[in-house]
Amino acid sequence: MSASLAAPPSAASRDEDMARSLGRRRRVTDRVVRVLCWLAAGVGLFFLASILVTLVMLGYKGLSFGVFTHFTLPPGSGGGLLNAIVGSLIQTALGTLIGTPIGLMVGTYLSEYAAGSKLGDVIRFVSDILLSAPSILIGLFVYQILVNPFNGFSGWAGAVALAVIVIPIVVRTTEDMLRLIPTALREAAVALGAPKWKSIVFICYRAALDGIMTGVLLAVARIAGETAPLLFTSLGNLNWSLDMSRPMSSLPVTIYQYAGSAYEDWVQLAWVGALIITAGVLALNIVARVALRKRT
Amino acid sequence: MSEVLAAAPASKTSPKRPKRGSGKGDAVFALIAKGSGLLVLVLLGAIIVTLFVGGLPAFREFGANFLVNTDWDPPHDIYGGAVAIYGTLITSVIALVLSVPISFGIAIFLTELAPSWLRRPVGTAVELLAAVPSIIFGMWGFAVLVPFMATYVEPPLIDNFGDLPVIGDLFSGAPFGTGIFTASIVLAIMIIPFISATMRDVFLTVPAVYKESAYGLGSTTWEVMRSIVLPYTRVSVVGGVMLGLGRALGETMAVTFVIGNANRITPSLFGPGNTIASIVALVFPESPAGSLKLSSLLALGFILFVISFIVLALSRLLLRPGVRA
Amino acid sequence: MKYTTLLLASAALICGAGVVEPAAAQQITGAGATFPAPVYTKWGEAAKSAIGVELNYQAIGSGGGQNQIMNRTVDFGASDAPVDAAKLASNNLVQFPMVMGAVVPIVNLPGIEADQLKLTGDVLADIYEGKITKWNDPKIEALNQGLKLPSIAIAPVYRADASGTSYVFTSYLSAVSPSWKSSVGASTSVKWPVGNGARGNDGVAGSVKQVRGGIGYVENAYASQNHLATTELKNKDGEFVKPTMESFQAAASNADWKDAKDYAVSLIDQPGKTSWPIVSATFLLLPKDAKDPAREQLVLKWVNWDYEHGDQIATQLEYVPLPAAVKDMVRATWKQQLAYK
Repeated sequence: MSASLAAPPSAASRDEDMARSLGRRRRVTDRVVRVLCWLAAGVGLFFLASILVTLVMLGYKGLSFGVFTHFTLPPGSGGGLLNAIVGSLIQTALGTLIGTPIGLMVGTYLSEYAAGSKLGDVIRFVSDILLSAPSILIGLFVYQILVNPFNGFSGWAGAVALAVIVIPIVVRTTEDMLRLIPTALREAAVALGAPKWKSIVFICYRAALDGIMTGVLLAVARIAGETAPLLFTSLGNLNWSLDMSRPMSSLPVTIYQYAGSAYEDWVQLAWVGALIITAGVLALNIVARVALRKRT
Repeated sequence: MSEVLAAAPASKTSPKRPKRGSGKGDAVFALIAKGSGLLVLVLLGAIIVTLFVGGLPAFREFGANFLVNTDWDPPHDIYGGAVAIYGTLITSVIALVLSVPISFGIAIFLTELAPSWLRRPVGTAVELLAAVPSIIFGMWGFAVLVPFMATYVEPPLIDNFGDLPVIGDLFSGAPFGTGIFTASIVLAIMIIPFISATMRDVFLTVPAVYKESAYGLGSTTWEVMRSIVLPYTRVSVVGGVMLGLGRALGETMAVTFVIGNANRITPSLFGPGNTIASIVALVFPESPAGSLKLSSLLALGFILFVISFIVLALSRLLLRPGVRA
Repeated sequence: MKYTTLLLASAALICGAGVVEPAAAQQITGAGATFPAPVYTKWGEAAKSAIGVELNYQAIGSGGGQNQIMNRTVDFGASDAPVDAAKLASNNLVQFPMVMGAVVPIVNLPGIEADQLKLTGDVLADIYEGKITKWNDPKIEALNQGLKLPSIAIAPVYRADASGTSYVFTSYLSAVSPSWKSSVGASTSVKWPVGNGARGNDGVAGSVKQVRGGIGYVENAYASQNHLATTELKNKDGEFVKPTMESFQAAASNADWKDAKDYAVSLIDQPGKTSWPIVSATFLLLPKDAKDPAREQLVLKWVNWDYEHGDQIATQLEYVPLPAAVKDMVRATWKQQLAYK
């Protein structure tokens, strides 16, 4: 009995047995459901393909060296997306720089200090809520605390809003990765006389580094495409500006402004920008997932 | 651990070792770790409080009426949130109705039906759909879906069903292409990956022995899913669906492009509307700091946060602890 | 490590960018109305080569423009809706006109060409109030004997954002339709009884283009840019006029600038056999207490250049330039209130 349960019967042999023993109705129902499931998968793939094809078809035409070397200019004057791209890079980098250490420490706390405790459960719960919270509300929150009181949109506010989004993502992956490390490693460190913090920083982090970096990559991919939080914090800037205390341009916000305009060159640039963002985000995701799979 | 090591005899010739567990480094590190954990809690509290305090002038001005008033009248400084709340709820519900069956089908496909060489690519493709930024969905919706709806879907439905009694109201109006239904479709496509990934993970936790017993007794795939897998995972499946709902409620960019931006409630599926997220995105640039308009937007933001919080909390509680959403 | 590479790459890009395109020192930023955006951007281009002032104009709607200049996040705000005196005072702003333009109705009807359809103000108001819902309504047919109107639903499109163009259009509807005036009124952002919203003049143009049976209102330049069918309107004198430069100029010639406080003239529904009924001036808002006075002088330098050399560009795009006398009045205001040399 157990031998026949060890391996699932292959689909083909199952079908034969079924055909012999089942009534028509059951067979037909099963067939119909299978077809529907294949269709469902097809539908999902179709939409992904449609989005990618649209991006490539509409965005590829405008892709040129000039897009990366010219600033955003009034319509009809050519122009590119340089300040938007750089603004995005700066705010994404800063947001990651601010959010990762915090997320790292929270993940460490959950895994090393509070595993199983009530407080740990609550913090994990809250972190998961923040993970899926609407990003526009985070933008509103940062507006209220960083923009309104100081009467100015700024790159800093944009970076902080992105950092808030980064934190829960890094918390989740850090905790998962640290959990995977066998206790024996920690015990060995302690046996050699290392204080707890050293065993975490020099042993556990090292061991989990790939996984943690993957989490950071996923966070970067997520915030690179976020528009709503930046609308209320860094606003957008048509000029070239590296001043973090003034409004700062970003690629998603620029796309948002350009996409609805009547000027063909602006709409074209919007699609180029969309193509750039999607290509970047998907590349980061694929790299992260490949790295994750190698780990676990 | 520390007891074992403390019991070991200290060698007289070894140099004095710093006490484990009570060193300054440990205390500081532990403090930072705990502090960061508490910071997360403070963050959530701060968001809730900030939105509430910012929206207080609006709540005070309009009271509970804010929730049911459909008037959004800037010239007279009267703001009611009913249209935005209704839009948020109805687009999310329709998005769920559209996406749950498809997600379910994809999950079954990935766990039971797909040949093994197809499993990984299709799974990855579905996950990549989740990674696409929402503004791309909005632009795609506006460039591809809206013209499609305006040309091929809405005119025939309006012409044929618009004049029927009762359900005709659902199909009335002009074929704008944008509107509640189109927005719901875009939302549905956005949340399919989340729900199907959760369902797939949850289906994989069903012990093989249950399924094999059923197959051994002659069940078809569908019967195994219906009678074994679903009842076993029912709670977590609902949790996954709620996670998708939580996402859909807060979507901004995907919806703003295609919802038609109208501050009215219409019975028609093809009618325009607004969600909380889209009205905040649209009206914010023209709301002076400290105005009742801005306060109303913050009040709506607070309401959205409360709704999302409840849905996401429920989803978290329902999903089996072992399964990561 | 990937992290470091990302950091280095961004640093390199920033440094490289500094080398590729030196930061423009003579740049001014403005935001606001989409109504004059076509002419402002053309002026910006021409001024760049003529006097080296680079304009970056963010067309986010009059409401947004007013808000941004009140928050001092831009160098100037642009609005078709004049700001009332009290608000100007409390925000320390100076307002003056730039140019005049016209709002035209656009339609998307199979078989109807540009300037073929005839409409009146109160029919327009009825359409936007939802009282007239089909194109072959008797009221519309009465105006258009001999034109075959399809029996499809009317799809009105309005501005979803706070818009000066909306202010101009709703002012017109309020002037010609008592029912509109009492139930909806005139403002940059009203409670539209029916229809779909779109962002910006371009959004409305794009929306109408896409919807069978669509009708919308846009600044004239957007209608021609998008090859959309405009309609004739009945003016105050009872004549049906086409939206042409002559009809805009006829309406504009009636403006009484001297008596308008803060230059807020109304050009709605002007008398004259050939006058177009929906014409409006569009305004610039500047702070009296600019954080960067040198930049503000740059803005004035640009506007002055537009006054002196921009008339041809404006008329080419079918905007009506200000009369010379008004320009002199404005320059006097600058000297008085903005320390213009």
